[in-house]
Amino acid sequence: MKLFVISLLSGIISGMGIGGGSILIPSLVLLTNINQQQAQGINLIVFIPVSIVALIIHFKENNIDLKSTKWIIPPGILGALFGSIVAVKTNPDNLRKYFAVFLFFIGVYEFFKKDRPS
Amino acid sequence: MYTRHLKLIIIGIITGFINGIFGSGGGMLIVPALTFLIGLQDYKAHATAISIILPLTAISTVIYLKNNIIKLNIAIIVGIGAIIGSFIGAKILKKVPVPWLRKIFGGLIIYTAIRMMLL
Repeated sequence: MKLFVISLLSGIISGMGIGGGSILIPSLVLLTNINQQQAQGINLIVFIPVSIVALIIHFKENNIDLKSTKWIIPPGILGALFGSIVAVKTNPDNLRKYFAVFLFFIGVYEFFKKDRPS
Repeated sequence: MYTRHLKLIIIGIITGFINGIFGSGGGMLIVPALTFLIGLQDYKAHATAISIILPLTAISTVIYLKNNIIKLNIAIIVGIGAIIGSFIGAKILKKVPVPWLRKIFGGLIIYTAIRMMLL
């Protein structure tokens, strides 16, 4: 039940376009007995079905800049392989601390970000 | 090879690495990178970001799965909650003051980050 409430709230936040993983991962780590790696893994796998739906809509509306994607995705895959291997091999307590530093910067960025009128 | 291509390659490597090591945050990096460095419009940057993060996330998910890190029974509960939540979020988006909410969220994230460091 607690899990469901956490997921629902982080889903609401991400539906409003304010980073979902940055709420879901810390909530799972701080409020349940799920460790850092497991929380990250859950965030990754959950992103897949949610984003496929969004992607189909964007693709139909021609919003995707394919000129950029073909240059970003191949090096991105290399980076993803390397990053994930580092993540699974790092001690969970250390990984949580590195994540916390990254999260701190996200918080500062969100706090000072100006919303442009759309 | 143009400077634009080099920029895109570097954006790709960094985004993939961060998204893999932290299991999140790729979109947080790539949307500003696409708008400020490449000059894409906001809505195009968001759509393009998803099309990039999806394959990167799929690769990372495979690595995490192979190392038995993902508990699928928990992932299913979280997935259902997140999907319902994101529909609600998108629906109430026009009724809430997002800039104001962003400040609260930013503050909450900073507090959470400090707690995670001290845990």
